[in-house]
Amino acid sequence: MKKKVLSIEHQRFLNRRTRSKVIVLACQLGLLVLFLGLWELLAAYEVIDSFITSSPSRIWATFIDLAKGDLWRHALTTLAETVVAFLLSFLIGTTVAVLLWLSDGVRRVLEPYLVVLNALPKIALGPIIIIWVGAGPQAIVTMALLISVIITTINTLTGFISISKEKLLLMKTLHANKWQTLWKLVIPANASTITACLKVNVGMSWVGTIMGEYLVSRAGLGYLIVYGGQVFNLSLVMCATVVLCLLAAAMYLAVSLLSKLVERRLS
Amino acid sequence: MKKPLLKLDNLSHVYYSVREETVALKHISLEVKEGEFFGLVGPSGSGKTTLLSIMAGVLTPTEGQIQLSEGDIHTDVGYMLQHDHLFEWRSIYDNVILGLEINRKKTPENLQYAEELLKKYGLHEFMKHHPQELSGGMRQRAALIRTLVLRPKIILLDEPFSALDYQTRLSVAEDVRAIIKNEGLTAILVTHDISEALSLCDRIAVLTARPATVKATHEVPLEGDSFERREDARFAAYFKAIWKELEIHEEKSTINRTSTISEPPNSE
Repeated sequence: MKKKVLSIEHQRFLNRRTRSKVIVLACQLGLLVLFLGLWELLAAYEVIDSFITSSPSRIWATFIDLAKGDLWRHALTTLAETVVAFLLSFLIGTTVAVLLWLSDGVRRVLEPYLVVLNALPKIALGPIIIIWVGAGPQAIVTMALLISVIITTINTLTGFISISKEKLLLMKTLHANKWQTLWKLVIPANASTITACLKVNVGMSWVGTIMGEYLVSRAGLGYLIVYGGQVFNLSLVMCATVVLCLLAAAMYLAVSLLSKLVERRLS
Repeated sequence: MKKPLLKLDNLSHVYYSVREETVALKHISLEVKEGEFFGLVGPSGSGKTTLLSIMAGVLTPTEGQIQLSEGDIHTDVGYMLQHDHLFEWRSIYDNVILGLEINRKKTPENLQYAEELLKKYGLHEFMKHHPQELSGGMRQRAALIRTLVLRPKIILLDEPFSALDYQTRLSVAEDVRAIIKNEGLTAILVTHDISEALSLCDRIAVLTARPATVKATHEVPLEGDSFERREDARFAAYFKAIWKELEIHEEKSTINRTSTISEPPNSE
């Protein structure tokens, strides 16, 4: 393959860009190392009480212990509940948004209910959920679903109804029916809204799952956190929290990559 | 003699809101002949776009009738809007065939026709490009081809050049005129720009301010392309005649009166 010859100025520009990226990454990693190092030193010299704050080395030791045991079972339980809630909330939320967009009358009737449901703290529904669907993973998924589905519906619908009148007029002049307008204009024009919703949903689903696990679980990272708190094992609490952070970040990254692929395909 | 293609008979239209009702059009009767480039000139807000929406079949008039002597008003009328509204996520080719997809007319003949039009009007090599890669003029040409592929009997142009800068506007207007004449189509142009109407149209109807009525209709016997028509010695005279008929000067005279009143009493 023929190598492209760059001008000196262009090469300098690229070097500056790479250098800037490396500096930012080094600062990010440096900040983390500094934080962990300071935490470890303060705990080691008993400036802070490691019984309450734990320390990076104790968290790591707990992690190694748990990894030999059932950490993965707990992590996989939480991950499975989150992914199911995430997918269901996306499917149900988007479908409801589509139905409300298709029927102006139904949208006007249901709008106040959506606003109230969105404002309601879903944790208040915990007892009702447990009685209705039982105290198992299904209650956790329902809780996570309730937290993210309303916001998905509202955000997607807002994107759908913000399509310009002129673009809708264009579809009318081309004799498009409502379904054709939806598929050929409204959904592609809202690709970025939908992918942004997906990203928000990642966080919402994790929040809902952990809240659900606080209420009813017998396994999962939420369960480990609650159990660790009850027996004052702060290392267990922090270890489970760190694993939770890593899983949430991995899921967000996967969804972001998927969103980029979809947006690139559409643009 | 050319036969009438579109006939508007005593059209009126009223918009209703909670507070009031607004009469947009009042007893409009017009005839547009086959192959004619017809202009509708009127002050801003006079109801020109309402009239065009009725002609396109997307708005039902409160009163009166509209007839297309050949074909159906809902399928044989093409509409070109103020902005091109090309979909950024579609290639130029996919934008052009959008109407064919919607109307389930993606036959090999129609697709070939779309390609021919793109080739004929200089967009063939940009077929796979996306709208953001094209100039304003090229985008408007693509928008016109999107209308043409449906083989309409009549094309409605709703101030399609208003979003362009002056130079581009002149050149795109000439492109559109040439394409429409070349394809032997009938066109109705709505504009508030008298020069634009004179440089493109065979006949011009002057509308009054709202509620719009037809004040006068003028034949424009100018020859040549839009640039040559602008240089014709009679151009200024036609311009003045239409200018006098538009009711914009009443606003101007009001401003003059106001400025006289604001002068100090001892200014004489």
